[in-house]
Amino acid sequence: MQNRLGPNRVGPFGIFQTIADLFKLLFKELIPIKDADSFLFNLAPFIVIIASFMAIAAIPFAKGLHAIDLNIGVLYVIAVSAMGVIGVLLAGWSSNNKYSLIGAMRSGAQIVSYELSVGLALITIVIMAGSMQLSVIVEAQRDGWFIFKGHIPAFIAFVIFLISSTAETNRGPFDLAEAESELTAGYHTEYSGIKFAFFFLAEYINMFIVASIAATVFLGGWMPFHVGHWGGFNQVMDFIPPFIWYIGKTFFVIFLMMWFKWTFPRLRIDQLLTLEWKYLLPINLVNVLIMAFIVLMGWHF
Amino acid sequence: MQEKEIITSTDEQQEYVINMGPQHPSTHGVLRLLVSLKGEKVKSVQPHIGYIHSGIEKMCESITYPQIIHLTDRMDYISAHINNEAVCLNVEKALEVDIPDRIKVIRTIMSELTRLQSHQLWWACFGMDLGGLTCFFYGLRDREKILDIFEETCGGRMILSYNCPGGLMYDIHPNFQKRVKEFIKYFRKILPEYDQLLTGNVIFHERSKGIGKLTKEDAISFGVTGPTGRASGFSCDVRKHEPYSAYDRVQFKEILHTEGDTFARYVARIDEMWESMNIIEQLIDNIPEGPFAVKMKPIIKLPEGEYYQRVETARGELGVYIISDGNKNPYRVKFRSPNFSNLSVLNHIASGFKIADLVAIGGSLDLIIPDIDR
Repeated sequence: MQNRLGPNRVGPFGIFQTIADLFKLLFKELIPIKDADSFLFNLAPFIVIIASFMAIAAIPFAKGLHAIDLNIGVLYVIAVSAMGVIGVLLAGWSSNNKYSLIGAMRSGAQIVSYELSVGLALITIVIMAGSMQLSVIVEAQRDGWFIFKGHIPAFIAFVIFLISSTAETNRGPFDLAEAESELTAGYHTEYSGIKFAFFFLAEYINMFIVASIAATVFLGGWMPFHVGHWGGFNQVMDFIPPFIWYIGKTFFVIFLMMWFKWTFPRLRIDQLLTLEWKYLLPINLVNVLIMAFIVLMGWHF
Repeated sequence: MQEKEIITSTDEQQEYVINMGPQHPSTHGVLRLLVSLKGEKVKSVQPHIGYIHSGIEKMCESITYPQIIHLTDRMDYISAHINNEAVCLNVEKALEVDIPDRIKVIRTIMSELTRLQSHQLWWACFGMDLGGLTCFFYGLRDREKILDIFEETCGGRMILSYNCPGGLMYDIHPNFQKRVKEFIKYFRKILPEYDQLLTGNVIFHERSKGIGKLTKEDAISFGVTGPTGRASGFSCDVRKHEPYSAYDRVQFKEILHTEGDTFARYVARIDEMWESMNIIEQLIDNIPEGPFAVKMKPIIKLPEGEYYQRVETARGELGVYIISDGNKNPYRVKFRSPNFSNLSVLNHIASGFKIADLVAIGGSLDLIIPDIDR
């Protein structure tokens, strides 16, 4: 991608670069900001990172491999990951920086609106699975992933989920909150050292979370890929451990998100909100209705 | 009365003024824009310049004409070669030196290569301003190839100082023709890829069409030249209207668009890249034989008088105005730099749009800050 070599100096092929970066960020000075609201300023990165880590808890990495298996798993993930926006808003507000404030406000408007689409896209599948429990949703895909089982509505839901979850995690082309060519770095402009790293870590964890939710809900989680009655093929697929399946699917979704982040130009704030309220939301609502109808008639596989 | 005053004061309080720059990723240098906002909307933009003022015009008064070349390089450093050419042409015009064809042709080819690499860099940065980071890598990858050609012939990559009054510093490298031809062949295949990546993108269309409209009348009254002016329908190509060097012997189109918005400015530059390649292709095989420099006097003294020469840089019309009192140094030098005039139009076309549009408009004007401050 991009004809770009990654960092390749630290260790063989630069694989220790991330570790080196981590140490750098750990040892860097935390610069106090003049006239900043220091309590909220220090609190904000923790809220963001706690929200991200709490969401990880519910994700089933393989059969039985999850911290908690709530019966409202989907709702829990949506609710907890939405908490991050409070941290972002606090960070922008308390930094005493005009760019940060604009970034935070953008982020607030963006996350609140795209939360709806994420929720509705997941509800489309919840209707099909008949449960909000993530492990049950995965089990229900034993004979076929929901993206294949659910006809076109499931696919539409997947695409909408991909778009709106990218927007929700502030990744490009929806990275308006930290648009570096407009707002220098948006809400985390004034942060330094490990507090800055928390924001960055939270962003990447969020990306991992939405990718794994997409993998779990649409692509069968840790379920191997099976094709109807091809016994031999299915057996070979079963040999691959579920954890690998899960990671593979998640990374595939992450790859998709990275791909369009690097390729597309950024949207403008009004275009972003237009996309959500005038296109995605109505499509989503109709999609949920169609899905409900299909499930009611028992038309899905 | 009292009430009215209160309203105005709250209005002023609501105005949210941010300093864009002098250190800002999308001002491409040390330009400071004082932006008044209302929410996301830009109410007015006040450019504050002078952060990289280096007194080039004043310094020119105390140095000799061949030395001026090295200062003009530092003005618009992305089209350094064309700046040099302007000074050289002016000095040669004043001395009434007859320049052999070989020099003219080589200068033209180098100018067009400079224009190409300038537009490539602009495309790269414009893409990045809009958030498409891949553009930056693509643009710089291809620009590197031109810089390599420059390096082989001139030694320098960006700041060439290849021209001198009376000709060129040294002859072209034996590989020059071959490598330029290779590059043109390569770039003709690559340029459609630029279109695929950015020009055809829906988000890009949404971001650029109808944004920052500049009418032809305004372009003329603000003195906006170059691709920016031509995108508004202002026919201002010096290469066409007042041909210098070898431009009178090549066939090329003056790119004119009428829309005058960011997208038109974008397309104008992309089209100019195609035209530049056409010009180079016409000349590269017919570089006449001859000397690469005319023998000049060791100390160049311009006869008393005023001299003006304009050229078309990658950003617009560059004018060099020299007053000579017959000495080896000029009495006064004034550069009419394209970026200064192009910047002046920013408030006019950007107010009323959003912050993100301001960045897009600023990017489409293709400003080089040292050229504004000089």
